[in-house]
Amino acid sequence: MRCLSAEKTMQITINADSLRTQIRDKSVRVLDIRKEEDYKQSHIPSAVNLPLANLLADDGPQKVLHLTQSFGIDDETPVVVYDDTFGALASRVAWTLQYIGHDDVSLLDITYGTWKKMGLETSTEQVSFNKKTHSLKLRPEILATADYLESVKGKKDTVLIDNRERLNYLDNHIPSAINIPYRMLASPGNILRPKEELKNLVQNRNISPNGEIITYCGSVGTLSGLGYYALKSIGMENVKLYVRSFKEWKSLEKPTESQRDANYWDLSAE
Amino acid sequence: MNKTSSSQSKPDNLPKPKINWGKLEEAEKFAETVKFYRQGKINHDDFRRFRLQHGAYGSRMTDNYSMVRIKIPAGEIYPEQLEKIAQLSETCSIGSAHVSTRQNIQLHWVILEDVSEIIRGLAEVGLTSREACGNTVRNVMCSPLAGVCHDEIFDPTPYALAVAKFLLRNPLNQALPRKFKINFTCCEKHGMARIADIGLIPQTIEKDGKTHQGFKIFLGGGLGAQSFVAHQLEEFTPEEDLVYTAIAVLRIFDRMGNRENMARNRMRYLVNEMGWEKFKTLVLKERAIVRATQSVIVKLEIDKIPDALHKITVSSETSSLPPSFSRWVKSNTVKQKQNGYSSVFLTLESGDVTANQLRAIAQIAREFSAEGRVRNGFTQDIIFRWVKDDDLPRLYSKLLEIGLANPGALTMASVVGCTGTTSCNLAITNSHRLAKEIQRKFLELKLDTDDDLRDSSIKISGCPNSCGQHEIATIGFYGGGGRMGKNMYPLYAMSLGGRADGQAMLGLTCMKVPAKRVIPVILKIIEIFKSEKKPGESLNSWVHRVIDGHGGPIVKSITGIKQILQPIVTVPAVEVDMDFYADYGSDGGFHAKTGKGECAA
Repeated sequence: MRCLSAEKTMQITINADSLRTQIRDKSVRVLDIRKEEDYKQSHIPSAVNLPLANLLADDGPQKVLHLTQSFGIDDETPVVVYDDTFGALASRVAWTLQYIGHDDVSLLDITYGTWKKMGLETSTEQVSFNKKTHSLKLRPEILATADYLESVKGKKDTVLIDNRERLNYLDNHIPSAINIPYRMLASPGNILRPKEELKNLVQNRNISPNGEIITYCGSVGTLSGLGYYALKSIGMENVKLYVRSFKEWKSLEKPTESQRDANYWDLSAE
Repeated sequence: MNKTSSSQSKPDNLPKPKINWGKLEEAEKFAETVKFYRQGKINHDDFRRFRLQHGAYGSRMTDNYSMVRIKIPAGEIYPEQLEKIAQLSETCSIGSAHVSTRQNIQLHWVILEDVSEIIRGLAEVGLTSREACGNTVRNVMCSPLAGVCHDEIFDPTPYALAVAKFLLRNPLNQALPRKFKINFTCCEKHGMARIADIGLIPQTIEKDGKTHQGFKIFLGGGLGAQSFVAHQLEEFTPEEDLVYTAIAVLRIFDRMGNRENMARNRMRYLVNEMGWEKFKTLVLKERAIVRATQSVIVKLEIDKIPDALHKITVSSETSSLPPSFSRWVKSNTVKQKQNGYSSVFLTLESGDVTANQLRAIAQIAREFSAEGRVRNGFTQDIIFRWVKDDDLPRLYSKLLEIGLANPGALTMASVVGCTGTTSCNLAITNSHRLAKEIQRKFLELKLDTDDDLRDSSIKISGCPNSCGQHEIATIGFYGGGGRMGKNMYPLYAMSLGGRADGQAMLGLTCMKVPAKRVIPVILKIIEIFKSEKKPGESLNSWVHRVIDGHGGPIVKSITGIKQILQPIVTVPAVEVDMDFYADYGSDGGFHAKTGKGECAA
């Protein structure tokens, strides 16, 4: 078994200090994935606003390419994405950019809420950038579809990970999926736990670092987007996001599995 | 709100846990053992024993999930520990935790592969799940009012903690014939000394002009498929003999307990089969030997230094209190023997509490409790002690914010329900949800405000095994299944008149009540009581009067009650009432499906 620590140097997350340096250098494009009204109130200086809903309205490659270019991002522009939803929305956007072929994208390792709590600089200025040209080089190797899931069914080296909360998973999930609730991925301060801890999680579940992993969640690939980056952060190379997730799977009336004969919902105090 | 004085700064000198129960290496060991088990290098039975020894039960219908039981010795738990449990419940469990009737906190539906994560997290804050399950001495309990109770002779808490510390990981306690329970209580009224393997109540005697501390020790009690009330060992057991008595009893049980028959291997069966007098003689002899042969004097480390109370800022806020405040004060708070302080009981539903609520409870403990921690109670509840009376309104408004301000904690509305079919392998019915439903109905009808019902209780188990302690309830239920033609329906056996105080007795099984008729039956019993009661008589005393054959004016006996209830429990045809045939929390038909129990493994 190859050691998990032999990871690529691609930076999955970036810390606040490095981002501030890059902002000062004007060498980075920062994307704020929160709602427009939140963005207007304040944001990280030089950040442009891309509410997740705007992206999800049409996340076809052409539309995403158009959006990317309109933010002044070319093939070489480093991009940093942040949100205030424990990194899940930012992850979904980062993944989408990577899918159309923009490799240099990182997640800010804290949420905007933490950024503010740390007393770091914010701005209310709404910036815009001149449109740039970006090439389109789709990376199908990071995307999983329902058909793809069917095609790898029963394959020993493929592991399907459900990033929803435990009760949802128990209730119903894609057959053979294992559960790593998204809450397991964060540490109290950061959107992702330290690598050693994440590696422990994966190793405890006997997941081979060389195998193929597909993450999914409830509907649009946000929680599982975070799951995707958690796995990438510990050097797993072959990770895919089932971006349409369980919502599509159910609507296609594909088979599901559930933990039966137990009333676990009644244990919740929610 | 007019804030006339308040500098609500962070309280100073917050108390830290005094005892570290955790052991980090046990997390590594557990993770490794799970891997070996998955690789087939350890057989299922050996693994199961190991798992249980570390506090992880299998879950309903599956071994791939565990219920991790966190031991909370004497029920004492500190804010940072609550916060850690909150985090663990979100990361590894279902986002809620469960407070048990034995002061433990349980995390359910944990993936077996994550149990080590929990053990590690617990060790980081000085907690453990070690010996919380399996054939060991389980969590040592102590009354939540110990130290603040008006009637107690002295505070037994330091003794409970010392006994727990002495026994944890002690070789004496690793492979008993069966689980073993030790309960300390403050006084006759507030504890469960008579339904444990060893129960202890503080007492003192005067001898040679000096006061000697010691205990009334009760042996051989316990609830289960067959329940027994414990016997008192001797008039007075001096505190020096506490540890010797415990060792002697454990050694006898270890040597003579039934290791063959799983259904009869608790110590209470040994006592019953041998006869109390013989058992007592054995214990006294064994204790003499233990005392004489301990090569090194075994002494409990009893830390009697009273905790310094940390400063809490009393606010003199004057605010318009909601009318619900006085109802809550009446049913959820107890004045302490220390002037100006109260203990505050939280009304949970069947002991369930969300991660966010746990965090809020931690913060409230820091801010409002002069001892800076909380205690778990005996009825799936959590208690803030050492709260300044003047602070109660402000504390109440905090509880309102987090959805924990329900009244009824110290009344009949605080219904106990075991986990039932929500996670337990042995359960037949969803007792957990039923308890919640009854509590909601009681609060809706404001029955918590009725003084006649205050000292009565309702407790529910999802099978005959008594985890819900139904036998010591005024009205107790245990789950089973009924059949009408081809269809099954969830059913409870109802018992009346149980109690665990100085007049401890087990409830009398009275009749079968279908799950969906439990609430109407309880309400009917209350109605009968109201029309029969003598002035000043409580439900509890009326039930005992009827059981003792002194009923009347109209309802003379339990049979009389049964006759009145009969029409309510009639089974309708499935076409007429489908819902009747489904248990709470399920839409479909009911099956009395159970898995293999692990209590006895």
